[in-house]
Formats: sequence, C-alpha cells, structure tokens
Amino acid sequence: MEETRTIPGALSNERLQLAIYASTKRLMDHRSGAITPELLGDYQELRTQANALKKHTIDNLDYYLEMVEERVTAHGGKVVFCETGVEVSDFILKLAKERGARLIVKSKSMTTEEIDLNERLEDHGLQAVETDLGEYIIQLIGDTPFHIVAPALHLTRYEVADVFQEKLGVEKETVPEKQTMIARAVLREKFLAADIGITGANFVVANSGAVVVVENEGNARLSSSAPRIHIAIAGIEKLIPRAQDLGVFLKLLGRSATGQPLTSYTSFLSGPRRGDEIDGPEEFYLVLLDNGRTKLLENPDRRQSLYCIRCGACLNHCPVYRKIGGHNYPWVYSGPIGAIITPQFHGVSKDPWLPFASSLCGACAEVCPVKIDIPKLLLDLRADVTKDKEQKGKSGSERLAFRMFAWMMRRPKAYAMAGRIGALFAPQGSPWISRVPWYMNLAPIRAWLSQRDLPPPPPKSFRRMWKER
Amino acid sequence: MSREAILGRVRTALGRKAGQLPGAIPDAYLRPPAIDDLTGIFCVVLEKLGARAYRVSSMADAREQVSVLVTKKTSIASNSAVLTECGVTGLPGVRSGVTDKQELRDLCASAEVGITSADFALADTGTLVMLSSGEEARMISLLPPVHVAVVPASRILSSLDQLLTTLPLPAERTSSMVLITGTSRTGDIEQILVRGVHGPGEVHVVVVESAQKW
Repeated sequence: MEETRTIPGALSNERLQLAIYASTKRLMDHRSGAITPELLGDYQELRTQANALKKHTIDNLDYYLEMVEERVTAHGGKVVFCETGVEVSDFILKLAKERGARLIVKSKSMTTEEIDLNERLEDHGLQAVETDLGEYIIQLIGDTPFHIVAPALHLTRYEVADVFQEKLGVEKETVPEKQTMIARAVLREKFLAADIGITGANFVVANSGAVVVVENEGNARLSSSAPRIHIAIAGIEKLIPRAQDLGVFLKLLGRSATGQPLTSYTSFLSGPRRGDEIDGPEEFYLVLLDNGRTKLLENPDRRQSLYCIRCGACLNHCPVYRKIGGHNYPWVYSGPIGAIITPQFHGVSKDPWLPFASSLCGACAEVCPVKIDIPKLLLDLRADVTKDKEQKGKSGSERLAFRMFAWMMRRPKAYAMAGRIGALFAPQGSPWISRVPWYMNLAPIRAWLSQRDLPPPPPKSFRRMWKER
Repeated sequence: MSREAILGRVRTALGRKAGQLPGAIPDAYLRPPAIDDLTGIFCVVLEKLGARAYRVSSMADAREQVSVLVTKKTSIASNSAVLTECGVTGLPGVRSGVTDKQELRDLCASAEVGITSADFALADTGTLVMLSSGEEARMISLLPPVHVAVVPASRILSSLDQLLTTLPLPAERTSSMVLITGTSRTGDIEQILVRGVHGPGEVHVVVVESAQKW
C-alpha cells in the first residue's frame, strides 16, 4: 500500500490526492443535489430542529438513558452500561464463553473502532469479522478507516485485487462487481455460521427502546437478524427522545452523507424475536458506552460536540481533510469533527497541533446537519492549547516572536525599517520567501517556512513610493 | 457499578438530580406531502432507485406477474395473507407456509427468489416497510438474490412522515421494522455502484390497484 500515514507522504501521493478529491467531490455533489429547495424546501428548518432535539436530549441525558433502559427491558432485551472499551470486551467475552460462541459478525461501527474491540476479542480467541465491504477489505490488511462513510476510499481496485488474492486465495480479479461477489460469498458463510452479531446504532430511540441502523449493503440487517445473539453498541450520546424525531434526523443523515433521501435499509430494532415472529435473534443487548463522553458534557459550550450524527459531510467539505486524508488524524475520527472531539477525549496536550490544522473557512459548520459550531470550538480549543503550553513553560520562542511582532507593530519607524531590511535580504527573482539564503536558514525560520510561504517584500515599499511621488 | 457511575457523572456534569423531569421536547414537525397519485409516484421513484415496479389491477393479474418473475426458479414465499389470496403460494417452485426458524433460514439461503408482501409502502421515497411477524419473516426479503413484493395499493402512504404519524411506536408492534429503499448496494471499491452486495440485487414490486379488501 502506498504512503497515507504521513502528511508529506499523502501530499506527494498523486494517486491518493486524486482519489480523495474525486470521492469527496462526488459526495459533495450528491449532497447538494439532494437538498435543493425543490427537493427539500425545509432543509434549514430541519437543521434547526435537529440541533434543538439533540440539545434537549443531551441536556437531559440521564432521563432518556433511564427511559431507554426501561423500554428495552420491557421488550425482553438487556441494557449494559460500560464506562470503557475494556468493559465492553469483558462483557462480550463473558457472554461468548457462557453461550459457547466463537464467531462474531460485525457491521460498521465507529464506536467499536474507537475502543479497538476486534483486537481485544481476537486476543481471547474469538473471531470478529467485519462485514461492510470497505471495512472487510481494510480488516484483511490490518488497516484503519480512511473516511467515516467510505472506509476504503484510499484503496484502488488493483490493490483490492491483490488483497483478495493473497488473503482469500482467489484468482486475481480487478472488476469491482466481481470483487464484490467474491466478498459476498465469503461473508454469507460467516453470517450463517455466526453465533453473535454486533452492530452499531445511528440512533437510539428512548420512548421505543429501539436502535436504528442505517446502511446500504444489508450487512447490518444480517448481523442483527441471522445470529442468535444481537449486541448493539452505541455511545450514550446517540439517544433521541421519540420515534417521530426520526422524521427530522433520517431526512438529514442520508442526504448529508451520500445524497440519499433514505439509504437502502433503515432498521428499527427492539428486543429479541417475539411471540409468533418466525426469525430474529433470541437475545438482544444494548451496550451504552461512556468512554470519555461524560467528560465532554461538563463544558456547556462544548457539549454540542456530542450532537454529531457521523454523516461525514464536514470531512468532504474540509480543505484540510481533502489534502491530508483520513490517516493523518491522531484518532479514528478524522476531519473537522475529529479535530474537535479528539482533543476533548484525549486532552489538548496530546496532539496540540490538531485544533490549529484548520483555515477556519467555516465550510464544516455550513454543511453540518445538526449545526455544530465547529470553527468556534476549534478556536476555543486553540486557547486551551496555548494556556496549556504557557502553564508548562513551553511557549518560549513563539511567545517571544509575537512579543517582538507586537512591539514592532506599535512603532511605525521600526516597521518601516524592518521592511527595508527584509527587502534587502529577500531572495532575488523568487516569487516566494521560502527560498531564503543559507545564512538566514536558521532552525526556527526553517520550521516556520516549511509550512508557509509569502511573496517577498518589494524593493521599494508603498510608503517610500508615497513619499517620493 | 458502571450504570450508577455513568448516570452519576452525567447528572453532575449537567447539574441535574435523579428523577428530574426534562422540559418540553422541541417540536419535530412531521409534514406528509400531499400526493394525489400515490401509486404513480411510488412506481416512478422505485424505478429510479434501480428496482422494478409493476401496476396490476387484480389479484389474479398479480399472480400472473409474479409467475413471470419466478418461473423455473426456486422461491420461498412469506405467510402473508396477501400472497395466499392472490395465489402466488400455489405457483410451481414456490415454497410457503414455513414456520420453523431453521427450516426457513435454510430455504432462504438456497432460494433464488424471496416473495413477500409489505405492511406499508412510502410513495415519496419508493420504500417498502416490513414489520417482522408471523406473516413476514426477516430473512425472506434479505437472503435470496431477488426480492419480489406484492403490495396492495391501499397500503401506500405518502412518506416517512406519514408512517411515523401512523405508527408512532413501532417497537410496540414488532421487534424489527425495516424500511427497504431499492436494492442492496455498495460503492466501497472506487465508489463504483455495485448492487446485491449482501441483500437482494434485484427488487420487483407488484402493486395491486383494486385490492379493495386490503
């Protein structure tokens, strides 16, 4: 596989740049084509409603958590609260042991990516197979998702052909239709043999005790319905009060993600098979995971980070994501949403550059279906990073540079002098200042210029020309 | 206990007390669009999704249409009264009346066609709404590569909004309600659309327009 995991590597990988550009462009076009005034006249009003509904739910989260627990239990299911990823895997391992389960089929879930669930289960002898086509391909090569909605966006059909040939022992096949059928056959066997099916949840409906799973392939339907045990894993922020609220959220989710008014399958699942129902799981568990989310609740301004419905629109529209791709963010969540939730989960000192990796162009906030103010949160987190650096005495040279800058900006004569000196040393004939002469190429200047560039100051400044006129 | 720890932290962070009621829930306006020709719109939208729609005027015609679709194929039909009524269950090669979970699953895994009705259909999105029950199993519309549905026109609603108004608490009725909108599809390899990745790659819906009784 080509280089995707360093920023210079991703930037200089022409094929990857083209793949990211083309895929995100297509998703952007599909979205904008699906929310036109003719097709969805109340789009802006739906966003406002979605935001209000999420705010209400998050602000009263304990009430709705207890409600969903009561409803799931009434329908014969069981709710399991977990504080950490380890608690989730411990719960599944114990259940698997008691039921003699070995094979688990999984449908795409960012929440389980977040807690490295597959690795933990496999360390204890269980086989956990990803069944979303893109997730299956990247699982075969031990890779991670490149995009929330399109996990294998970075791979070509030729790379997929090599993966299938090597890992599945099939003839080399480069036609996507046929590759898909190869995966269908392998995974169909797994679905029919699996003891446990794990799905995520796009929404958890409190007044129904139901999980709602949205997909196009049918693997989530199979994972939730074929094995005798269904476990749905959801972050505690996935709750919505009522089924009728889906009228707002489903209209926004599919359109924002792929431009579909509804995806191929929307499953509304509550409890195990009932009374005279012919099929469906015998046992149903809803795992509600904290894993740091309660920490995000503490700050009333930043709580809105938990409104995210994982549509991926902010990734597609982000000029930074579209250059560096999904593998250069420090955690499973990439793009603008990753840049605001990662520092809040892990602390700002772990990846202090992350909130700064944005031009603050605001495209993310404009397309967010639940109206999360991502640019404002980025600024907020930048302030935290700076405070953190100051407290640790790490902001020395940057602080000094800005003090000097401030000093100069208050003194017109010093400013004019600096301009003249700059023009004197500016690289001759180059349109950019990054080509500085060697005697100026000192470590801090080099580091600063490695990511930035400007035209050099002209030989004669405007002020000078004005004086001489 | 993690439950108490999580609920405790949530309450502390939000400044709430156990058992405290929330304020009024914000409105979620449901606005079913006004559609005069429900059947017509349903069929047009369905075809745009890459599925096929057939309008027939009687149960007997529905049987004929299904017969064309399943001839020389092995099929598994659901226990829906619509299918018995129109005679689909009597067609050659069609198995029906299965109530055993394992037997049904084996039949679905090997059948070339799965035949069902639908509890509702949604015109503006071309959606079939399937509620799991003794009449409709989950697997018939899922495992076989071809799905054929016979739907009385009277079951077509305008939209998702109308469905959620008609059925505000779906979980009280069934453990599984699935909205099927077109075929199973993926674009995971180079964003090239491929149908039938895990579920049916072909969906045929026969709409029966004069099924008064239904």
